[in-house]
Amino acid sequence: MLLSLPALHLQTSEYHPLFQLPHGRLGPWCSPTGSPAPLSCETGCGEGSWILVCRLLVPTQVSLLSMEEDIDTRKINNSFLRDHSYATEADIISTVEFNHTGELLATGDKGGRVVIFQREQESKNQVHRRGEYNVYSTFQSHEPEFDYLKSLEIEEKINKIRWLPQQNAAYFLLSTNDKTVKLWKVSERDKRPEGYNLKDEEGRLRDPATITTLRVPVLRPMDLMVEATPRRVFANAHTYHINSISVNSDYETYMSADDLRINLWNFEITNQSFNIVDIKPANMEELTEVITAAEFHPHHCNSFVYSSSKGTIRLCDMRASALCDRHSKFFEEPEDPSNRSFFSEIISSISDVKFSHSGRYIMTRDYLTVKVWDLNMENRPIETYQVHDYLRSKLCSLYENDCIFDKFECVWNGSDSVIMTGSYNNFFRMFDRNTKRDVTLEASRENSKPRAILKPRKVCVGGKRRKDEISVDSLDFSKKILHTAWHPSENIIAVAATNNLYIFQDKVN
Amino acid sequence: MFARGLKRKSAEDGEDVEGGLAGAQAMPSYSLQRQSLLDMSLVKLQLCHMLVEPNLCRSVLIANTVRQIQEEMAQDGTWRVVAPQAAGRAPLDRLVSTDILCRSVREQEGERPAPDVGDGHTPDLVLGPATVPSAQALRSPQSSLWEVDSSRENRGGFQKSLDQIFETLENKTSGSVEELFADVDSSYYDLDAVLTGMVGSTQSGHGSGLQAFSSATAPPPSSSCRSDLGELDHAVEILVET
Repeated sequence: MLLSLPALHLQTSEYHPLFQLPHGRLGPWCSPTGSPAPLSCETGCGEGSWILVCRLLVPTQVSLLSMEEDIDTRKINNSFLRDHSYATEADIISTVEFNHTGELLATGDKGGRVVIFQREQESKNQVHRRGEYNVYSTFQSHEPEFDYLKSLEIEEKINKIRWLPQQNAAYFLLSTNDKTVKLWKVSERDKRPEGYNLKDEEGRLRDPATITTLRVPVLRPMDLMVEATPRRVFANAHTYHINSISVNSDYETYMSADDLRINLWNFEITNQSFNIVDIKPANMEELTEVITAAEFHPHHCNSFVYSSSKGTIRLCDMRASALCDRHSKFFEEPEDPSNRSFFSEIISSISDVKFSHSGRYIMTRDYLTVKVWDLNMENRPIETYQVHDYLRSKLCSLYENDCIFDKFECVWNGSDSVIMTGSYNNFFRMFDRNTKRDVTLEASRENSKPRAILKPRKVCVGGKRRKDEISVDSLDFSKKILHTAWHPSENIIAVAATNNLYIFQDKVN
Repeated sequence: MFARGLKRKSAEDGEDVEGGLAGAQAMPSYSLQRQSLLDMSLVKLQLCHMLVEPNLCRSVLIANTVRQIQEEMAQDGTWRVVAPQAAGRAPLDRLVSTDILCRSVREQEGERPAPDVGDGHTPDLVLGPATVPSAQALRSPQSSLWEVDSSRENRGGFQKSLDQIFETLENKTSGSVEELFADVDSSYYDLDAVLTGMVGSTQSGHGSGLQAFSSATAPPPSSSCRSDLGELDHAVEILVET
């Protein structure tokens, strides 16, 4: 069932002039204020009541902490950080991902930065603060590059982040831009060795002649540092733009997919990858289809799916052959002739594909719908949900302004019973698969009061607009929610709206 | 909206090319909309080709849309009908449009690197120490509309041509846009080919050039540029003859 979502909004204007990150840059903040408000359910479809837990502003130009100048970003107090009403292009969040426990939440942005948030530890005094996330680590994952041979700029924008399952105290994540995947290790350090015999405090070797006594270094406590170190760089294997990365359930390999190829990598080997899918036609002039997303099966390390711009999904089995150019299953829904238009192919192009946690279902997002497919039925989806069907009459202008090419992502909740995806006007949608109910919510500062329950939104399609409804013509197409994430086990969601990251949680929590 | 079935039905009323045109005129709003969609798509496609690395998914979807519109126009006959007039038009327009529509192919021919250079341009071999051991590695690299690199001067020229096409689009009287694009060739098939970058291979011996490129030795860009210009002239000749 769709959960109750009370809304709790953060004060945006608190600013402490003294607390600033290095270089005068401001850090992210989150500061819930206000008191709970009654459930408001006027439209009848908002059985859920979510509250805003925190709004995390990915810091403007903050991040460039190199390994040497680590600071304990966790010191940042909620109320000390300033809101920015402006955002540069580089601040726009381009991916959001919880780790496997949900303790950490990573965002990547167009400026090539990765910001990791950590969930606030529970405390009895501050029950309402559960689910709050604070900055844990910030680092520059990718830098803009220039390919001199192709005279081509390579953007630093982070296209995807994927966490590896945690195996020791450190965390590992993969981040990718258009061309290069990097493996990052994020680890804590709260002790420092002191008193080296052969080195001085700065680490320089001492003249052996001056060493007269034997000293054994000791570990001394120090302020907690969170270090992010690049452990592997997987470069030079993609000619086209990487759109997906996916960690295999064997935890030893992952794949990276670009527009025409999918490569399989071993985490330990950076100079070699295996090409497992290649749909590049012998003659590029015959190209009519591209790969739009790909993902490994959550439990079967041999199978994976990839979606295409023609609205189809292919399931491949790596046991069948080294190059999976023949799929094992092919999921395609026949076109509805009554809805056919020149835009049919464009709107059927799949922007995201996700296996359910159980591995039984696949969810795909196209421009207007989310579909759930049963792995055992290839000829049509078992469920189709309209995300914003009112845009069907606006496709021509959406084509004109290029919005029709926006790549919306979709996510499952922890139990695979609810799915969530984004829309325009800072709206995002949730669909309860069991009750078939759906809700439209809004991630915006203006319209969600602190700690109030998020009010369901409704878009008015016909002529008469009721109070609290918004007409299709007044939707803001520049405010789009492309990236969302759902906590792996709890009803906590993260919603990226341009440079803001909203964290909502089920009121029941 | 462009409900496809509707138009087709009315176009089928006309037996021949003129009949198709009459059908189109009977539904001016539809054909106008379709034409403006085509114009818009072509401009988008051109803008894609100006980029060194366009969004491939978007480019492919737009190209497919163009193809779809052209197929339908060909069925209506609205595409072919201007062809006879096209032959008599001033060659300047023809050159402009041909130039624009072929541009990416030329650039590509001029700049396609040898496979062994390993600059990431060659998709089947991976740069530096990384290799992709697969059956694909054995295939010969092929030309790619989407892997186009445009040199500075080419881009400058392209900008100019694009301005010209915008000018033409702005000044269009009825049917002039059709003429503009019909100038490229009389049949939708060839225009389609042009738009998807096929013109080089179908009309200017591009195919054989491709084989040459497949071998490890690629001719220096400068000379191939010159030969491309020759090929373009040849293509224009063919177009004029039609």
